[in-house]
Formats: sequence, structure tokens, C-alpha cells
Amino acid sequence: MSINEFFLILLSTVFVNNFVLVQFLGLCPFMGVSNKLESAIGMAGATTFVMTLASVCTYLVDHWILSPLGLEYLRTIAFILVIAAVVQFVKMFMEKTSPLLYRVLGVFLPLITVNCAVLGVALLNTQKTHNFFESTLYGFGGAVGFSLVLVLFSAMRERLAAADVPLPFKGAAIGMITAGLMSLAFMGFTGLAT
Amino acid sequence: MLELIFQNPIASALIALVGLSLLFGAVLGFAAVRYKVEGNPIVEQIDTILPQTQCGQCGYPGCRPYAQAIVDGDAINKCPPGGQSTINALADLLDVPAPQLDEEHGTESDVKKVAYIREDECIGCTKCIQACPMDAILGAAKQMHTVIADECTGCDLCVEPCPVDCIDMIPVETNLKAWAWELPAPNSIKLIASDRNRHTGEAA
Repeated sequence: MSINEFFLILLSTVFVNNFVLVQFLGLCPFMGVSNKLESAIGMAGATTFVMTLASVCTYLVDHWILSPLGLEYLRTIAFILVIAAVVQFVKMFMEKTSPLLYRVLGVFLPLITVNCAVLGVALLNTQKTHNFFESTLYGFGGAVGFSLVLVLFSAMRERLAAADVPLPFKGAAIGMITAGLMSLAFMGFTGLAT
Repeated sequence: MLELIFQNPIASALIALVGLSLLFGAVLGFAAVRYKVEGNPIVEQIDTILPQTQCGQCGYPGCRPYAQAIVDGDAINKCPPGGQSTINALADLLDVPAPQLDEEHGTESDVKKVAYIREDECIGCTKCIQACPMDAILGAAKQMHTVIADECTGCDLCVEPCPVDCIDMIPVETNLKAWAWELPAPNSIKLIASDRNRHTGEAA
């Protein structure tokens, strides 16, 4: 794998095929945790960690257990099992090492379990027949893309909270409109890389 | 035997999923023991913000019990020695709006005070020694008592029990040793738009 391919995968997952704004995966944390910049950064960090780890684990499970036994049809349920276990482990680890982050993210950690971006990255990895390194990079790149838009979006929403927004658009409505505009902006990256 | 299992799709599927579940169960079981949380770590963080005067003006026997009480849902505005800056720090930590200091538990004084015993009037009753949360009063029964000024936090608790009223709270004189830069008043100046209502939580 050349260095070119390396950057191509990163560029493709972060900008061109951004999980949130182009593939529309993981929208609930995108809307739910973006009210405050601090919690968005925490959520971004936790998701990056979980997503990279989950794509590694799911690749190993798929490559060493499911494929040799001809059990490809069990992928979805096996991946859900893997992701749930990984998130639970991260939750225990975080509760011990960073109680404050745990307090902020406590509600959202179970949300990572059912974050469709995490399952999506695992299934897309098998669909695209990535090898181990590519899977890891794909998961990490996807998570970086997710973190990028989450932090950008929460920074915008913090400004929006103080801005003079017309009454019918206040709160979630202006958030949705902003997300739509961001998605349009990210479509400008189409054609940059495939 | 192994080939038989691999050839049977149901058996291999069952074994694969059960095996995975057992593996993850073992890992999580290990993590539950390894990363067991003793007590509630947020109590420690609240405890470090509180001023550690152990004065009991909040109604609890010390700063740590009050930290525990805050975690259990008590109000955060019961600490006069810490004053508004402590309340603001607690509000930031717990992500709640900062209330005003509860006057019921005493008022925040601008000047640091220290207890002083008029020694010729002291009858040596030891009542103030028992009241002092910091063990800052030295003395014995029927002997004259005195205050170790460095240890005294100025909490007022020894004034009430004294039967002859020989304890004064005197302000600490500002001299070269005691002088320090004034702390900036938290949020008194609204420089930028996001400063507005940060601690009151209105219209956020």
C-alpha cells in the first residue's frame, strides 16, 4: 500500500464520503451532543476511539471467525455484539480514569453502541473487501470526519444560541437548517477523490 | 469431530456466536473487576474546590461531607468561606446555573479574619478548643488558651461557645507578608456576547 493510497482513504472518508454529511450515518449524536462545544469534543474523542477499535475488532472477527466458517450471513449480529462489548469496555475504562468526561458523556455512551456510523463502518469495510490496515484506516478516517463535523457544528450552534434568530427558527429548527447547509457545502468535495 | 462441526452450518454458527459471547463476557467481567470505581470520584473533585476550612457553616461536619451532600443533590450555595467564586467553580464543574450565596449560612466577608483570645480574660474552660474544627486553639483546662494564627481559618465557630466573650475576630492586617493581588471579580465584566448569562443559564 503506497502513501498515496493512505492519503486517498483518509481524504475520502473525512471529506468526500463524510459519514455524517454525505452518507447520513450517525445523525443522532450529531444533533444530540452538539449543543456544547466541550461535550461535542468529548463525544468526538470517545467516538473516534470506539470506531477505530470497533473496525479493528470487527475485521478480526470477520476475517478469522466468520469467513473461514462460511458464516458471512451472521455479520450484522456478530458486529453488534462486538461493538456493544467494546463500548461497554470503554465505558468502564472511562468511568475509572476520567469521571468528569464520564459525567458529561454518561448519557451518550450507550448512544455510541447504537450509533449507526459505528456499525456502518464495520459493514462497509466488509462490503469494500478492505484488508486489515485499510479497515483500521477507514474506521479512523470516518471517525475523524465525524469528529470534524461534530465540532464544527457545535461551535456554530454555540454562536447560534447567542444569535438573534427569528422565533419560528429557534432551537432545533435552525440546527437542522445549518446541518443541511453544511451537507451542501460538503458535497462540494465530491470529485476530489473517489 | 472438528470437521463434522465445520460442515454443519447450524453447529458452527452456534459455536461461533456462543464462543464470541463467552469471550466478550470474560473480557467485560475482567474489566468490571479491574476498573472498579471506589466511591464516587466526583466527590473528590468537589472536595478539592471547597475551601477546606472545615468550618461546618454549611450544616455538615466538614468539607468532604458537604461534597458528598452536593453529589446527593444538596444546594451548592452553602459555603460562606468559599464565597461566590467557589459557587461559580462548582456550577462550572456540575454544569448547573450558579446561585447566589445562601445568607442563612453566613455572609462572605471581604477581609480575611483571624480569632484572637484576650488572654487575661480567659478562664481556661476549653469550650473554644472543642469548637475549633482546625485544632487551631492551644490550651488546657484552667490554663490560658491562645490561637495559632496560621492555622485559624476565621470561621467564627469559637466565638459563640466562649462563656466570657473573650474572643475577638480581628481582620488580618495587610502587610508585606499577607498582601496578595486581588482576584478578578468573576463575570462582573461582560466583555463578549458569550459571557452573557453564562452562570445564570438564562436564554442559553
